[in-house]
Amino acid sequence: MIETRKIKIIMLTLVAIITVIAGIQLYQHRHYDVPIVAGPGVTKVGKLSDYYEGIKGTIADTNVFFMEGEEEGGSMLVIANTHSNEIVAGLTAFMIVENAVVEKGRLIVIPQFNNSGGRNTRAGDGYPLYFDIDTPWGSKTFRMGNRDASPLDQWPDPDVYVHYPEGQLLSYMDVRNTNRTWPGRSDGPLMEQVCYAAMELIRNENIDATLDVHGAETLFPVTNCIVAPDKSMRIATMTSLTVKSKEGFDFHVEPSPSGMRGLSHREIGDYSDSMPFLVEAPLPFLDQPTGPKTMDLLLTGRDPFLLSLSKKGMLFVPYDEEGWPIERRAGQHTSVVLELMNQMARQYPEKEIVVSGIPKYKDVVENGIGYYLTDPSTVDESRIYYE
Amino acid sequence: MSVIMIFYYILSVALIGLLVWNFIREKESVTDMLLYLMVAIPFVLRVLRVK
Repeated sequence: MIETRKIKIIMLTLVAIITVIAGIQLYQHRHYDVPIVAGPGVTKVGKLSDYYEGIKGTIADTNVFFMEGEEEGGSMLVIANTHSNEIVAGLTAFMIVENAVVEKGRLIVIPQFNNSGGRNTRAGDGYPLYFDIDTPWGSKTFRMGNRDASPLDQWPDPDVYVHYPEGQLLSYMDVRNTNRTWPGRSDGPLMEQVCYAAMELIRNENIDATLDVHGAETLFPVTNCIVAPDKSMRIATMTSLTVKSKEGFDFHVEPSPSGMRGLSHREIGDYSDSMPFLVEAPLPFLDQPTGPKTMDLLLTGRDPFLLSLSKKGMLFVPYDEEGWPIERRAGQHTSVVLELMNQMARQYPEKEIVVSGIPKYKDVVENGIGYYLTDPSTVDESRIYYE
Repeated sequence: MSVIMIFYYILSVALIGLLVWNFIREKESVTDMLLYLMVAIPFVLRVLRVK
């Protein structure tokens, strides 16, 4: 009896210690803010709640960076960290916000679209909580988030998520996935409200093109590509062909399925005048048959199991001993952003956006991402925001 | 907080109660004792709403 009691006390103590340590780590991760410097081109910084008050003061609210040229032209919205475990999106947005200067038209960037998801993790999958990017001024630490918003912010999940307004039945967890809750509604679950606010932004700011930046598994066919509905298809196709011929990387085009609802590349086009695009870079970290989910795998994309599968022809992207370094992935995205603007101007000259400062694929591969990140300690505090 | 949320929290507290009660009553199996505690962790974190 005494023996049993001793064992129980030891167990209770151990479990309490584990719970407290895990709780502290998760708390710190959720409250860790990443500084982003409003670069020379940023003319205004607003909040997503400026377009729908309902999310004001909630964790769903997020920064919106405006880069406006002196001359009138087209407008593009870049949305990153819809899925915060696809880290290439956030890094691409950071490089744009900290470097882009718009001379004509407008470029609007939301670096942390699903803010709740960006402060969430997937403990059961052994996700690292943070990752570091080397810069000339030291390393910069970013949070690694999750695909879905935290259940702490939107809970409970339904048994089945009934998409609004189409009524399609989706997986229960997609109610927290901001790439299934478009176009959203003002009185729906919090993530539907986030998408509703973004739709209001798109409609009120007359956004010509909306780009949702992502990363995807190498074992998944929709990777290393631009997903576009019919209304955006011509620009997407021309972009794909041009980056292949001019910059030397493959980035094929996938049609947006009209029967699958809730996705940004489907609903934004159907519920506004904007032309939506979704870009995917390969993200070996997300593949299931890999080694440990380490920061190294996240950044280099090198994995022996994927290499073996590649030799059997089972991957949807070229894959060798080099893996898929993060610089390559981010460089593809910045180049595709620039080429989409180019092609939009070719098709609709009145929608031209003239921008400088955004590094291209070759630049990012050569210099690394950190080269394009600004040291927050060297700029005025009023230029620093937190994601 | 919606009614359904309150209901889910009550459910979580009830499950913690059941698991703790089983933990206290278990006299033989050390594995089962540990299992009850491990299973209770997510419910405890949920009820405490660690943000």
